Amino acid sequence: MPAGLGLAWAFTLPACGLAWRGGAWSLALPWSLPGGGFHLGLDALSAFFLSLVFPVSILSALYGLGYLKDRQGRKALGAHWAFFYLLVLCMALLLLARDAPLFLTAWEGMTLSSYFLVTFEHEEREVRRAGLLYLVASHVGTAFLLAFFLCLRPGSLAFAGAAPGAGASGWLFLCALVGFGTKAGLVPLHVWLPEAHPAAPSHVSALMSALLVKMGIYGLARALMLLGPPPASWGLALALLGAVSAVLGALLALAQRDLKRLLAYSTVENVGLITLGLGLGALGLSLRLPGLALLGFAGALLHALNHALFKGLLFLGAGSAAKAAGSRDLERLGGLLSRMPVTGLAFLAGSAAICGLPPLNGFVGEFLLLLCGFHGFSAAAGPAGLVFGASVGVLGLVAGLAAAGFAKAFGIGFLGRPRGLRAAQARENGPAMLAPQVALALACLLLGLLPFLGLALVRPAAACLAGVSGPQARALLGGARDSLAALALFFIPLPLLAGLLALMRRRALSAFAPARAETWGCGYLQPGPRMQYTASSFARSFERFLHPTPAGPGAAARSPAVFPQPARFSTRLEDPAREGLYRPFFLRLMKGARLGQRLQQGSLRVYFLYIALTLVALAAWAWWRP
Amino acid sequence: MNLLPFLCALALSPLLAGLVGRVKAWFAGRRGPSWLQAYRDLSKLFAKGSVLGETGTPALRAAPLVVFGSTCLALLPLPGCSGAAALSFGGDMLALAGLLALGRFALVLGALDTGSSFEGMGAAREAFFGALAEPAFFLFLLALSRLGGSASLAPVLARLQGGGWMADGAALLLLSAGLFVLLLTENARLPVDDPATHLELTMVHEVMVLDSSGPDLGLLEYASALKLWIYCSLLASLLCPLRPSGAWAGQALTLAGVALLGLALGLVESLSARLRLNRVALFVSSSFILMLLALARLAGGF
Repeated sequence: MPAGLGLAWAFTLPACGLAWRGGAWSLALPWSLPGGGFHLGLDALSAFFLSLVFPVSILSALYGLGYLKDRQGRKALGAHWAFFYLLVLCMALLLLARDAPLFLTAWEGMTLSSYFLVTFEHEEREVRRAGLLYLVASHVGTAFLLAFFLCLRPGSLAFAGAAPGAGASGWLFLCALVGFGTKAGLVPLHVWLPEAHPAAPSHVSALMSALLVKMGIYGLARALMLLGPPPASWGLALALLGAVSAVLGALLALAQRDLKRLLAYSTVENVGLITLGLGLGALGLSLRLPGLALLGFAGALLHALNHALFKGLLFLGAGSAAKAAGSRDLERLGGLLSRMPVTGLAFLAGSAAICGLPPLNGFVGEFLLLLCGFHGFSAAAGPAGLVFGASVGVLGLVAGLAAAGFAKAFGIGFLGRPRGLRAAQARENGPAMLAPQVALALACLLLGLLPFLGLALVRPAAACLAGVSGPQARALLGGARDSLAALALFFIPLPLLAGLLALMRRRALSAFAPARAETWGCGYLQPGPRMQYTASSFARSFERFLHPTPAGPGAAARSPAVFPQPARFSTRLEDPAREGLYRPFFLRLMKGARLGQRLQQGSLRVYFLYIALTLVALAAWAWWRP
Repeated sequence: MNLLPFLCALALSPLLAGLVGRVKAWFAGRRGPSWLQAYRDLSKLFAKGSVLGETGTPALRAAPLVVFGSTCLALLPLPGCSGAAALSFGGDMLALAGLLALGRFALVLGALDTGSSFEGMGAAREAFFGALAEPAFFLFLLALSRLGGSASLAPVLARLQGGGWMADGAALLLLSAGLFVLLLTENARLPVDDPATHLELTMVHEVMVLDSSGPDLGLLEYASALKLWIYCSLLASLLCPLRPSGAWAGQALTLAGVALLGLALGLVESLSARLRLNRVALFVSSSFILMLLALARLAGGF
């Protein structure tokens, strides 16, 4: 299965290399579908995302082989892998499509095949509900995309052509934003993400978080290219949506108990950061500052690349931990680093990378975005400069919240004592599940220690997006490249210094016998795993800061009897967009629909009466028309 | 390439911690420990053996090493009151922020590894205060880059002298006030956290090192002294309008500034009590407001 994907990857490599060097490639074939032809094209932007699709899907397929091994006899794995192949094929076709019907066909194929992949465990009710929510949300987005593509070019459905006028393009941008934003997971269109990602098997979650949401980002980038030079309001809208998604995603991730739900909200946060970068780049384009635009786009695309790597790694690690310990709940995990060292260390690398800590790759993407904000604040005048400055503040806030969230995820999930019986018996998974995690962790480390490599990877795509030529892009990004080269030199001493200190410490301690003692618990003689800090407690300070009132939606049973009775307590955090926006809207819709229900009497005579009345009305209208 | 600030920081940071302790002792009517006590404590710790907890993972034994290494590297871009630092490139202030964040992350994970409820509580509080302090620190760096016209610390701080310092006085004052609040937060000083308390339920930083011993504890203590030096050096170079031309003169001026700041820190610690935890969050957020005001001033708001 991964071998087949590897073969397909080998076919695409030469084309990608050509596109990186600045060439473009296109192919037009006749097609029977009305309104469009079979137009394929490859430019630097498509090549960038295409080069991401195959490696990550090969690694997650390899992981899936090990993950689904124990289901071999009991479930239909053939259908599952067929849909997996179909998903990768549709993603590749989407990136190459240069024609609206082909694009939409690939988009719909992607949605449907991923629906079947998500509902692999369709025996469980919540998996079915999550799949249905995903399907409905995706199709609402696709409806907006249909509107976008129909009105994009008058008379034709191909991508090539003149850009529409200023009035229409505002509405078109809104349609594209809603349509692609639903797939990418921008607030408030993200409500399907925290349901679908935990419900899917882990290799599918990794694929969805790493690649599927990037298709939404690719769509946004392609829409920006198709609609021509953006006005400042578009950049502002993108930046604002991105900032809100990033902060809300980080806060909600911090509050979760389910490890995969935490990672799903973290995807929302990172997509927000990528969109923020796209917005800053678009703002730079509208201000006619190509250097600033390049920096913003390069930061966004590099963060997209890094996110695919470390989020894939984190989801694979979460799947390993959940499978070994029997639960996704952080309160049931713990102590897994000593029992599953390879998985634990890979998850640690992924966590450090997603928090943007040096010397890993997450820091490089955030470095470029911060540089864009710094330069933009000085270079741009007026309100645009304030947007750049505000983005620096947002990036700082999100960095702090993400660090807290992943300290919780790794610290509670993998460190300390095992909090559940099955976690205490967890064993390391097989090599099929370990190898992809190690590969992704090494990739994160490599891109972190050689940051200019990442910049070289994204520069052609960023130049394509900003509409500047290759040599001009190289000149404009020269300052950033020098900074990244200096960063590499700056961070290389870090592991060396740590190694030196480790050697010195071992020599200093060699004179003493190793001593072990119980952790200090104020003198209690029997410390147990329940005395450790819990995941909910870790996020408590944040919750209390944001909701000073002590009321919560939990159910606390107070027993009025004299002696203590057993009581239950539970809390549940609902997604604010779902509770505040969608649920009231759909409730009102249903209330309005109930008014119409009065017409449905159920009696055949009343329906005959309706038909007769309609005929009378039509006859009267036909008679009175001149 | 001026290695003098780096070497002075490595050599004299325990002395700064000792200075703060002596000022607090003088306020309390005592003589306080000797000036060299911090050095004696460090050498005692490095010569001792280490007792490990039952729950600790071998991998997380590297946490104190990462904390010390990252804080050590973070000293390199600091110029003090002299014009040049040991290492200077566009964006080195962001690298400084990243290294300090790495140190905090490693400290929090090392605390959660012990499986102790006290250390977990300290880790949660440290993560919370760190999340509130990060945006303020980034806005501070943004304001600095706007003042100095570059994203590198050494040229920016070298430009803050004489007439330019006077012209931007209001913004610099706001930035210094905000940075002082950040100093109190990140270095776990009163009124954010009492470094001399013995009640585990009220600790933030002290409790995260509760189960460390021997060389590990020595590295963590040294790292916290270095972190205090980083913030004091930044604040001293902000508040000092003179930039002498020689490296030695500049370093002497930095040392004088840092010593004065140590006195001020001891004063503030002696005169304030620890705030309640939700008040601490508001206190840390006030640094964010101060940085915002400074940025508004620089962007030409008022």
